[in-house]
Amino acid sequence: MTDVSALLEVENLKIHFPIRDGLFGQVSGHVRAVDGVNIRIRRGTTFGLVGESGSGKSTLGRAMLGLYKPTTGTVRFDGKDIQAGGRKALAALRPKMQLVFQDPYGSLNPRVRAGDAIGEALLAHGLVRKAELRETVLEVMRICGLAPYQYARYPHEFSGGQRQRIGIARALALKPELIIADEPVSALDVSIQAQIINLFSDLKEQQGLTFLFISHDLAVVEHLCDEIAVMYLGVIVETASRNALFDHPRHPYTKALLSAIPVADPDAGRNRVVLQGELPSPAAPPAGCRFHTRCPLAVDRCRIEVPELRTLDNGHHVACHLA
Amino acid sequence: MPPLVEFQNLSTHFKTDEGIARAVQDVSFSIGEGETVGVVGESGCGKSVTALSLMGLVSRPAGYIAGGQILYRGKDLLTLKPEAMRTMRGNEIAMIFQEPMSSLNPVLTIGEQIVEPLIEHRKMPPKAAWAEAIALLTRVGIARPERIVEGYPHQLSGGMLQRVMIAIALSCKPKLLIADEPTTALDVTIQAQILDLLNRLKQDEGTALMLITHDLGLVAELADRVIVMYAGRVVETGTVRDVLRHPKHPYTRGLLASRPVPGQRLRRLVSIPGQVPSPARLPAYCAFAERCFAAVDICRSGIPSLGLADAPHRAACFLAQSGAI
Ligand SMILES: Nc1ncnc2c1ncn2[C@@H]1O[C@H](COP(=O)(O)OP(=O)(O)OP(=O)(O)O)[C@@H](O)[C@H]1O
Ligand SMILES: Nc1ncnc2c1ncn2[C@@H]1O[C@H](COP(=O)(O)OP(=O)(O)O)[C@@H](O)[C@H]1O
Ligand code: SF4
Ligand code: SF4
Ligand SMILES: [Mg+2]
Ligand SMILES: [Mg+2]
Repeated sequence: MTDVSALLEVENLKIHFPIRDGLFGQVSGHVRAVDGVNIRIRRGTTFGLVGESGSGKSTLGRAMLGLYKPTTGTVRFDGKDIQAGGRKALAALRPKMQLVFQDPYGSLNPRVRAGDAIGEALLAHGLVRKAELRETVLEVMRICGLAPYQYARYPHEFSGGQRQRIGIARALALKPELIIADEPVSALDVSIQAQIINLFSDLKEQQGLTFLFISHDLAVVEHLCDEIAVMYLGVIVETASRNALFDHPRHPYTKALLSAIPVADPDAGRNRVVLQGELPSPAAPPAGCRFHTRCPLAVDRCRIEVPELRTLDNGHHVACHLA
Repeated sequence: MPPLVEFQNLSTHFKTDEGIARAVQDVSFSIGEGETVGVVGESGCGKSVTALSLMGLVSRPAGYIAGGQILYRGKDLLTLKPEAMRTMRGNEIAMIFQEPMSSLNPVLTIGEQIVEPLIEHRKMPPKAAWAEAIALLTRVGIARPERIVEGYPHQLSGGMLQRVMIAIALSCKPKLLIADEPTTALDVTIQAQILDLLNRLKQDEGTALMLITHDLGLVAELADRVIVMYAGRVVETGTVRDVLRHPKHPYTRGLLASRPVPGQRLRRLVSIPGQVPSPARLPAYCAFAERCFAAVDICRSGIPSLGLADAPHRAACFLAQSGAI
């Protein structure tokens, strides 16, 4: 099953969190945050993961980094099960997979200077000699659009966009093969978002990195990603190349998401599908198709039978009885 | 007939450690009865302070109105006594915020928070007020409102809370609803529901809307006219179609170009370099000059004005006014 072009493969992955309640902390159920996911991220590509808040995107991303132990299923990095070698093997993998966070404010220690924050992990992993540290950090800072004089500045002296550059520089410093960026631009102003999105485009082109880009902003994902998976309540409902997904969406949920993007054109035709209600609880997902409680097309069969993720053509997969 | 609200040369400042922060400077625009005006710009450009000035909610003593007038149906709100201003807020003008959680009381039930203004401002008897609360929640699209009124804020999702805020705002049948980034914290699907709701509100009730957002997409969908703010000043104003299709000010053009357009799939986005200057350190010339692709020497000679007040589409830019860009 191992595919040489794939850097990361997720197979039949489930991450369930126990719900404890009562005085004795009995387990009364499980939050099925990720509930049977298959994904393959090819080397040098940018893979987009989209879906509503609570659909399980961050949990899936964190499981790929080995931060959660799978309930079932495997995550393979470079062909090897990341959980197979125990904690030590996982620690050795860490520098190769880096996470960039959503919150450029909370993720930096206010008492650590920018340059030191970027260099910290390099030293900890023994990836550079002390004498070369400064040079290495300055080079990553340059790539990320930070000036040398900013090396000695503290986080509060930076704007949100600049802090996000520090976060990206910190990840990049370790020369990772894979960067998982979890909503890296959502907390930023549009103009600053554009600066960071361009930085991601440059990194993709110049550094040949592989990215998993998690976002609920479909316009940004369309701009940046080569392949996209749409997640709903712990499962993938559609996955395809960018052009296939945006030009010919097949799943009713994907169609609704696409129609909800606000476009800054007063004359744009709007045939919006407004989904009613909210995401059901992942502790008790609806039977049959998980989307049937909100799907405008649902028929009887949808309430009973789980739709499999079927291959349509050329890498386009969809889980819907009617698609 | 005068417009519903008219800002006339409003300036709102704050005393800060850095010096005086000119958060809002010489701002003039109006909102007609039933009209939706979008106020756009990056964070820190003075949008919220403009709205808070209108609500009489600028935090004192650090913040103060440094000049100008805010007319409501021709009457200056800035001269009203606090009691009279409170009545305005309860009956004529209502506001919803980006973070609904922070404007609700965590220890009171949703129902208690909706009936309170009904009893206080609309002098309803408690029983009628509770019935009205259920009716309001139904109107903003909340299923099973009888159960929701018993719940506490932390038990509801962001989208539900924003609906509750809208229900509370509607309870006084306001003539003007100020919505400050009402969907920024929400998912696209829930955002679409709130947009739908605001649209219905405009049509059914004729409520005027001041829509504060950094999302030009929302403006395109809801607004009749647009005010673009930069560094505390209005830099462009016009109808939605004029401003979004034929933007004049380099800042407006930059904002429009920074969002990826669905279907376009360009390799790079146009981005505005740099960031918004601190309102305590504004230059005595065009505040956008440091970030402007078109800046020339004259841009640093003074502060460009918006130009003739009766022209429908205006931009505070020397080069746009001379037709050079
Ligand atoms: N450690 C945990 N324990 C229990 N439940 C959890 C835990 N982490 C996540 N969950 C639950 O799993 C579900 C998926 O959460 P996740 O954070 O992955 O969503 P997401 O798609 O990243 O959402 P968002 O867009 O809001 O970031 C949610 O219902 C969440 O409450
Ligand atoms: N209470 C306050 N004290 C000092 N400065 C403030 C205060 N409130 C707002 N400001 C400043 O006024 C400017 C405009 O703020 P605001 O209107 O909130 O911006 P926007 O809503 O456009 O994001 C910002 O620089 C902000 O830091
Ligand atoms: S399987 Fe049925 S409910 Fe599910 S998405 Fe397709 S049509 Fe809708
Ligand atoms: S006045 Fe000059 S600097 Fe200011 S926006 Fe116009 S061209 Fe740019
Ligand atoms: Mg998340
Ligand atoms: Mg604001």
